[in-house]
Amino acid sequence: MLSRYLATLAFILTVSGSLLLTSCGDDGDGSPGDGDTDTFDRGAMLAHWADNIIVPAYQSYQQDLSALVSSSETFAETPDAVNLATLQSNWEQAYLSWQRVSMFEIGKAEELVLRSFTNIYPADTSGILDNIASGSYNLQLASKHDEQGFPAIEYLLFAKSPSETVDAFTGNSARGQYLLDLTKRMQSLTSEVVDDWQGGYRDSFVADDGSSGTSSVNKLVNDYIFYYEKALRAGKIGIPAGVFSSSPLAHTVEARYSGELAKPFFLEALDATQDFFNGANHGGTSSGPSLRAYLDHLNTIKEGEDLGTLIDDQFQSARLVANGLADNFYGQVQADHSAMLALYDELQKNVVFLKVDMLQALNINVDFVDADGD
Amino acid sequence: MFASVVRFWAYGWIDKLYIQPKFHFSYFGFDWVQPIGEYTYLLFIICGLSALFVAIGYQYRLAIVVFFLSFTYIELMDKTTYLNHYYFISLLSFLMIWLPAHRYFSIDAYRNSGLRTQQVPRWSIDTIKLMLAIVYFYAGLAKLNSDWLIEAMPLKIWLPGRYDLPVLGSLLEQEWAIYFFSWTGALYDLSIPFLLFYRKTRLIGFALVVVFHFLTSALFPIGMFPYIMIVSTLIFFSPQLHHNILQRIANVGRFSKHIFDNNQVLQPIRSSGYQIKLGFLAAFFALQLALPFRHLLYPGELFWTEEGFRFSWRVMLMEKAGYTQFKIVDQENNNSFYVDNSDFLTSFQEKQMAFQPDFIIEYAHYLRDHFTRQGHQDVAVFAESYVALNGRRSRPYIDPTVDLASQPISLKPKTWILPFNDQISGL
Repeated sequence: MLSRYLATLAFILTVSGSLLLTSCGDDGDGSPGDGDTDTFDRGAMLAHWADNIIVPAYQSYQQDLSALVSSSETFAETPDAVNLATLQSNWEQAYLSWQRVSMFEIGKAEELVLRSFTNIYPADTSGILDNIASGSYNLQLASKHDEQGFPAIEYLLFAKSPSETVDAFTGNSARGQYLLDLTKRMQSLTSEVVDDWQGGYRDSFVADDGSSGTSSVNKLVNDYIFYYEKALRAGKIGIPAGVFSSSPLAHTVEARYSGELAKPFFLEALDATQDFFNGANHGGTSSGPSLRAYLDHLNTIKEGEDLGTLIDDQFQSARLVANGLADNFYGQVQADHSAMLALYDELQKNVVFLKVDMLQALNINVDFVDADGD
Repeated sequence: MFASVVRFWAYGWIDKLYIQPKFHFSYFGFDWVQPIGEYTYLLFIICGLSALFVAIGYQYRLAIVVFFLSFTYIELMDKTTYLNHYYFISLLSFLMIWLPAHRYFSIDAYRNSGLRTQQVPRWSIDTIKLMLAIVYFYAGLAKLNSDWLIEAMPLKIWLPGRYDLPVLGSLLEQEWAIYFFSWTGALYDLSIPFLLFYRKTRLIGFALVVVFHFLTSALFPIGMFPYIMIVSTLIFFSPQLHHNILQRIANVGRFSKHIFDNNQVLQPIRSSGYQIKLGFLAAFFALQLALPFRHLLYPGELFWTEEGFRFSWRVMLMEKAGYTQFKIVDQENNNSFYVDNSDFLTSFQEKQMAFQPDFIIEYAHYLRDHFTRQGHQDVAVFAESYVALNGRRSRPYIDPTVDLASQPISLKPKTWILPFNDQISGL
């Protein structure tokens, strides 16, 4: 009886299995990237992201960092007004490039927690001065996040007037050494990330084109949204504007000491997130497969809202509001923080579109736990 | 079930779901059920061991009571993890407390010959069958709605997302295939109890069960559920099949099951206690039949308000996601600020909270208490919430002008949920 029953079961399973197989046979061999127009090629999107956006952005950043390191060496050696001006401008250029890589906290960058070691602000100024005075510090500690990176360098280079800054470095080799340690650390961390991308990581990133929670698309999209929500929306705008506190916190702006750079940095970061969404090549005019194209593709199946246009337009709305702000956010918050709040509201709308509508359309989970959809 | 507990542990979910969070979402009336720190592991050990004891039939009555209590306690600790199949396990174990499942092929019966019977009253098998039939049939009824049948939602979102499956992958982006899955899914749920009840169609029914559940387990992250259902539906088969299976087990274990085959029949005793037990079970099933319809007592769209959504076998019916943030207003000083949810909730909790009103109000009250303790005066809590349901564009969910801190937590209709402004017809 049992054997007969098992035999029947096996027969039914075989039949239904082969039915499924033959019905797929018409669609070609089903492997991704075989030119099947019905299917969005995620592998191609990942390759485009890696080859035309992420790696080139890191390379530009790496170049700017080596300029920063060499000008900090020159300045530490010979602290004068000319060398300071070069150093400041190299710092500015590298910080600007950073805005285009910060969101890609994946792979080696994630392992190294690159963003935390590069751009935690406000800098802990007394911690920095203690480090310089004692000459002993371990920059690898998590507690030292806010004593290094761009904000710490900014404090050393911009907190005082140029002549006072030159004076502070003159005859103070410990201060020069700290500056060098900070810039070289950023350089070496970034080299690790770039080397990893140029080593095996690029290929494994592109190859992992599945739909599991740990696949490349899922992970990077999560990282991207996390960056947009926490670093761009909250960090650059919301926190200083006082969204999360009883009153505005002007001292928490990015580029607190350097004056007119907060808005350019913010706009660069906003451009970078929008460009990534649209799949625009780094530093070029052409573009490739993107989240927007992916949404358009899925829309042909479910005939829903034109989310791609909605999100792209919302980036533009935020930019329009940001253009009305002063370049110096520190001054802007003190003078009129409501303008910052208005920008926050515009940024917030895209958090909803990206995190709720886009993730739903892409069927990407924020977290991995069993769920039966209720 | 033992395997289920082990799996839960191995994934580190005990720590992640029950120990790490600062705050747990309770079921209405069960807020006294809270995780017990590191002892939560002990609870899982007890639960796993009692499951094992139930399976081998050692101290059955005690083991099944302990299993029911420990498993249900675990589920009640935090409703963030609510799953229909956990609820199913709780109900099933509750039912089994009243059943003589230890009379045959168990250590209890092995040790106590007086306990051994070869046959048990028909009702004890039928209750399990009825429970399974309710689960399937109600799940099928719930699928009879316009989103599922006409829009093929949420499968239109879910299936194309699994493009990377071997063989099936490319099929899942075809519109006809998605509709096929929607309609056969509904038909399957509605018909499977009947296919299994009748002897002639039973084998086809079971084959469908196997195919269906293997498919769902390949397509969706639903853990152990498919396997539990496959094994559970074996109850519909004749005693002969079960004898054969047990014989196999006995062969593998190199022991004889002959001592159990004593042709004894467990005779129902016509005592008043027995009558009460049967009456009690009848009441239990009446409740089970009625509970899934309680949403009729609430105004508004069920999928939107979720009032009466849980405990009603509404499985895999919607893709719902939300984003909810809270504004704390100190009404004494007229200060306000927004809450960073990640300060209080895990990402999983935040995700679940964002689109379920009963979570939102409970969390709002927690925030009120937290910030009152911090020294804020006369705290009001406002929610800004956007929710997207089954591929519709996200829309405002909670009335942002209502102070949730002053709204009661109750089972009454929640007036501060904004209207859905769309219609999903069906049951």
